[in-house]
Amino acid sequence: MITINSLMCKGCGYCIQFCPKHILEMGKQRSQKGFFYPMNIDADKCTSCAVCALMCPEGAIEVTLAKGSN
Amino acid sequence: MEKRFMKGCEAIAEAAVRGGCRFFAGYPITPQNEIPEYLSWRLPEVGGAFVQGESEVASINMVYGASASGKRAMTSSSGPGISLKAEGISYLASAQLPAVIVNVSRGGPGLGSIQPAQSDYLQATKALGHGGFRAMVFAPATLQEAVDVVYDAWEYAERDRGPVLILMDGCLGAIMEEVTLPPMKEVNFNNTEDWCLARVNGREDSHMITPILPEPALEMLNKFKGMTYKGWELNDVKVEEYMTDDAEYVVVAYGIAARVAKEAVNTLRAEGVKIGLIRPITLYPFPKKSLDGLNYDRVKGIIDIEMTIPAQMRDDIELQVKDRCSVYEYGRSGGMLLDDEGVLGAIRDIIKEGE
Amino acid sequence: MPEYKRPSSLKPMITSYCPGCMHALATRLVADVIGELDQVDNAINVVSVGCSALNLYTWSGDVIGAAHGRAPAVATGLKRCLPDRLVFTYQGDGDLAAIGLAEIMSAANRGENFTVIFANNQTYGMTGGQMAPTTLIGQKTTTTIYGRDPQTTGYPLQMCELISVLKAPVFVARYALNSPKGVADAKKGIKKAFELQMAGKGFTFVELLTNCPTNWGMAPLKTLEYMNTNTIPYFKPGIYKDEEGEVK
Repeated sequence: MITINSLMCKGCGYCIQFCPKHILEMGKQRSQKGFFYPMNIDADKCTSCAVCALMCPEGAIEVTLAKGSN
Repeated sequence: MEKRFMKGCEAIAEAAVRGGCRFFAGYPITPQNEIPEYLSWRLPEVGGAFVQGESEVASINMVYGASASGKRAMTSSSGPGISLKAEGISYLASAQLPAVIVNVSRGGPGLGSIQPAQSDYLQATKALGHGGFRAMVFAPATLQEAVDVVYDAWEYAERDRGPVLILMDGCLGAIMEEVTLPPMKEVNFNNTEDWCLARVNGREDSHMITPILPEPALEMLNKFKGMTYKGWELNDVKVEEYMTDDAEYVVVAYGIAARVAKEAVNTLRAEGVKIGLIRPITLYPFPKKSLDGLNYDRVKGIIDIEMTIPAQMRDDIELQVKDRCSVYEYGRSGGMLLDDEGVLGAIRDIIKEGE
Repeated sequence: MPEYKRPSSLKPMITSYCPGCMHALATRLVADVIGELDQVDNAINVVSVGCSALNLYTWSGDVIGAAHGRAPAVATGLKRCLPDRLVFTYQGDGDLAAIGLAEIMSAANRGENFTVIFANNQTYGMTGGQMAPTTLIGQKTTTTIYGRDPQTTGYPLQMCELISVLKAPVFVARYALNSPKGVADAKKGIKKAFELQMAGKGFTFVELLTNCPTNWGMAPLKTLEYMNTNTIPYFKPGIYKDEEGEVK
């Protein structure tokens, strides 16, 4: 399961680009800083592979092993 | 106390070690080479580190890094090298890191000459680097004074958190004199002063040392430093006033020039001329009061004697004299040395013309 | 399958880097490794001038700002006085390969026992995108508006190649941060460099190919492809020198 901290995100889209399950998508809402930020659209498919966290420049994504809805 | 007959540069180096210096980085340049040469073997003996830098610029920045560790760090050079170090000295001032810098100065400008001169007064006191900061500048006239000044230099550097400059010249660096060496200082490197990177010595918090600050913080720092410099003028001025009580003519000279000037004063006194000497030991803070406080109903002239042409200290002197009497200057330059006959003759001419 | 937590060497705040800037990614990678090696309290980050200096504000551990190009000299002074601390410089390409070329080559040649993290984005980001020593031939910058011409500006400096010919360095490697594989490899490389330093082996140098979306004039995602077609063919990733093999 991943947690995206919208306050840290600048909407670069690297996580969306590299998610092997293609379950991240740019959201329609802006963060407090004015950036669009990604949403996990199918949390059940998330394998906690952490590629999104690996590619996130800002360290805005945290990964935990527990599965569940995001 | 230990007496030794030592060469100037080596005496300074030994005094630095005894004053707690445990890191030196420098680059070869005449006439200060004996300082790095001496420290290259002496520092490892006391658990310190010596690095021969790839450049003057790198050397001063190594000192910057070493100082951030809490250890006492030093570098030395001569005029052209001090110009190159200007960047690092300014960064030391900005990051508020203590360090001691020795300038064994030589003829200038440019590569100039390798012979002694006092050509770096303005650089030392007004413009050690960009950005508008000051450093305390000590100008010893004897090797004993040089030893004492270097020995205590870190006390000032650490008290006020910044670079301290020792301004010598090639003569003082090369002559040999008997010096009394002070004992090895017990320096507690386990201090938790805030110029050290934290956790160096059991401190819990982390620390940032930075030469760049947000604008309001930078202005605050500059205001604070401005107050510190004012404090120097009140508390830290060092000056020798010699036979000035009844003097009609007052010679102002520092460092090696003051030694030659003092000889001339003694000779003239023996002839009945009422002449004295003011010798700044701190060039910054400048001994303003000594000059401002002279009785100008009596004093007919101030004679600035420096081993540089044109005289550089003259501006500071004139600011205190305020046109209350004439200011004269005499000097040699470019590595040509002051001598007794020249100085004596010049003073005689000045007095004669003054009358 | 790994868990991942934001490294504690970074303050819980957004960085000053532009969106998609791999400086942030490189910094985060270093912080990750420092956390994994349990060196958070022991590491000293020597940052330099340029966008790399923005690290000053987000690094939560010990950090010292160096003058432009002088980080290897500052790190030399620090490490000689504090041999037990994990010391690394974080420098950009203008800083390291132009104004600081003397400092980096000399520190490498002395075999100073610290690590250099070199972020190479082929431009001066902080000052607005001027030509860097690493700018590619034909690349347009604000001081090479028709593209870099080797006739007047020479060729992009390849630092890994330069440093790996020296005798003293023990580990010299280059990684590209535009793919998960590159980033994962880079993390391993940084870890190895730090481990070598902690074992007292000597000078270690890790070059990270990064981007500059703002001054390249590209959206972040576009820079990934640009790096594949332009940067990587010239600055070839790989391990250029590995004197020690596995760290024991």
